[in-house]
Amino acid sequence: MKLQFSAEDELFRAEFSAWLADNLTGEFEKIRYRGGPGDEHMYPSERHQWEKKMAAGGWTCIGWPEAFGGKDASIEQQVIFHEEYARVGGPGRMGHIGEGLTGPTIIAYGSEEQKQKYLPGILDGTELWCQGYSEPSAGSDLAAVKTKAVLDEGLNKWRISGQKVWTSLAHESDWCFVVARTDPSSQRHKGLGFFLVKMDQPGVEVRPIEQLTGTSEFNEVFFDEAVAEDILGQPGEGWTIAMALLGFERGVSTLGQQMLFQNELDTIVHVAKDNGASQDPALRQRIAEAHTGLRLMRYNAMRMLSDPTSGDLDKSALVYKLHWASWHRNLGKLAMDVLGPESEICTAGPYDLTRLQSMYLFTRSDTIYGGTNQVQRNIIAERGLGMPREAKG
Amino acid sequence: MDFALTEEQEMIRESAENFLADVSSSAAVREAMQTEHGYDKQVWQRICEEMVWPAIHIPEAYGGMGLGYVELAVLLEKMGKYLLCSPYFSTVSLGVNALLMAGTEQQKASYLPKIADGQLTATLAYTGVNGRWDAHAVQATYQKTVDGYQLNGQLRFVPDGHTADLLIVAAREQGSEGEQGVALFAVSADSQGVARQWLPTMDQTRKQAEINLTAVSVDDSALMVNADGGWSKLSSIIQLAQIAVAAEQMGGAQQTLDMAVDYTQEREQFGRKIASYQAIKHKAADMMLKAEVSRSAVYFAACVGQEVLAEQGDAELIDDLPQAASMAKAYCSDAFFFNAGNAIQFFGGVGFTWEYDCHLYFKRAKSTETFLGNASYHRELIAKQLLDADGGLS
Repeated sequence: MKLQFSAEDELFRAEFSAWLADNLTGEFEKIRYRGGPGDEHMYPSERHQWEKKMAAGGWTCIGWPEAFGGKDASIEQQVIFHEEYARVGGPGRMGHIGEGLTGPTIIAYGSEEQKQKYLPGILDGTELWCQGYSEPSAGSDLAAVKTKAVLDEGLNKWRISGQKVWTSLAHESDWCFVVARTDPSSQRHKGLGFFLVKMDQPGVEVRPIEQLTGTSEFNEVFFDEAVAEDILGQPGEGWTIAMALLGFERGVSTLGQQMLFQNELDTIVHVAKDNGASQDPALRQRIAEAHTGLRLMRYNAMRMLSDPTSGDLDKSALVYKLHWASWHRNLGKLAMDVLGPESEICTAGPYDLTRLQSMYLFTRSDTIYGGTNQVQRNIIAERGLGMPREAKG
Repeated sequence: MDFALTEEQEMIRESAENFLADVSSSAAVREAMQTEHGYDKQVWQRICEEMVWPAIHIPEAYGGMGLGYVELAVLLEKMGKYLLCSPYFSTVSLGVNALLMAGTEQQKASYLPKIADGQLTATLAYTGVNGRWDAHAVQATYQKTVDGYQLNGQLRFVPDGHTADLLIVAAREQGSEGEQGVALFAVSADSQGVARQWLPTMDQTRKQAEINLTAVSVDDSALMVNADGGWSKLSSIIQLAQIAVAAEQMGGAQQTLDMAVDYTQEREQFGRKIASYQAIKHKAADMMLKAEVSRSAVYFAACVGQEVLAEQGDAELIDDLPQAASMAKAYCSDAFFFNAGNAIQFFGGVGFTWEYDCHLYFKRAKSTETFLGNASYHRELIAKQLLDADGGLS
């Protein structure tokens, strides 16, 4: 058991952090700490420029194999990458769907031609991707997908019709991957296909969703016989590919996410010291609990990412989402309680929220997206504890 | 970075599991806990001679195995799982740590080899009658005499205080207060003026005693650390012990989860296994989360403990001892209590009986939660570090 990173990994850390210090400056100064969860609608063009800057420096897709332009970075190095990026307030990555999800999926399931067609645009930061998973009636229950794909024999391409929802950055993206039903008589996870769809075409319409924050970073995407450029794998393999895609990220960005949490907690501690909330015995307990929860989240993540030689490690991964989501939601409430009456006052009218207000409201989504807390608890009980599966309707 | 047990540590874990499943069954625990002495001497002998566990983190130079705090945590986790009744916690997690942290060369050379081969048990006696766990807890006093010291006072809540051979006693200079004036002494339990009284406890698996010191004379060689830095040493010893308690709690939190889930797979009501009800599954999931996060807390804190006891430990990790210990003790105290309480609920009516083991864990959860400070106490220590101008260092 070893908590420290190797000397080689520390060199990697120094190299990346030096690059960030030299490059996240000037025109990019204003996008530091911006564009993260709850703020993804901000500064899209500057952040896209930043993606290209990262690419030019060789800092995109570092976990990809060298053969496809990556650095073949180890899990440790990817963790360091995310940690250093978050430490300096690196802006929300507009390229993260392509880099973390689409790219690895194409590498695993795509043809040679598809790899050559799609990977370079992700690698150089020019082409942005969004995801088409959830639907109005397929939220936690992803297999309830209704969006249809019909083969257009004349074009020899599939046409997509249906509605996707909660698609962030849809209006900024060049491409969308879409899970759709290729076999109209099929049910649930059978008969699905995994499609790559160009956003700029007549059959695709993006409508922003106004959230409880008053801002819109998520969208609905309507497909009306939109042409899919490609299908990944075969019709019927969509579910397998979609599930594999969700496993690619392997939690390497979690330590980076924790850096952002730390930054929020530091802000709350600062406010508490400033306004005297730090002397309230009940708030002291909650601040200490939040601090403890975050530190333990880090060690939990380190267990999760360490080489799994023991069966216990899978369990740390199973509980991870439930832990961080619940923790972060509590942090939102703590922030408001520490602020006291000031927690109600906005930065400006009509509805310009402070960072902590926005965080407070946005954390209500943490326990919903990516598997609600209730779905997480089912998964933990069934996979982690071997309890009976829920009856399926 | 590799935050997983090594193959060797996994082997220690497995052999502890096998041994304790054999010697610390429910029947064995119940027999031992009903005695005033508190443990089966034959089992203790096997622990010392076959398993050599008291030697685990004693350096080889003092007849030990020279392993680290993570290995100790691995054993304690399993002892917590099996509610082992033995003087192991007091002797090793209190006595050995105190000798390693604060003993003179002569004291280490004289006591550690005897502990390593099972000839000697020990404990730490620092708490007086005021029910505190911080420096104010030290209420016994010492006075310098011509050739040594005289100790007086009443010590309470001392783990295995009525059976331990060696008492590590904290006492303060008369008239001193708080963190000032605290010294540590290694006192043979059969010294004249030492009166020891077993205190019957709600958790019968963990024995406590009251010790009255009446003009106990010890010579100069009994002094471990004097009032210069005495509290600093003692607080590190206490913090290492908090990590050890947390390791046992983590084992208990895991075991109560496992027992409870197994039971829900057998018990049927309304024509279904109760494990199939979401109300039960979701509570079980919360219990598993707490057990897993406890594990992360304990192993991290054990890594810190390892550095503290190492000859040239990592300075950054050593500085983290107070917080690592408080985090582990706060989190695991709450987690074990949560899981043990829910286990009774899962078992329903039979969980409330003496016959089923739920109450043994529920009581252990409470006694370990209280011992060395509960979660609120530790969160306040963390809050001091985070929020107060002096960083809580005073």
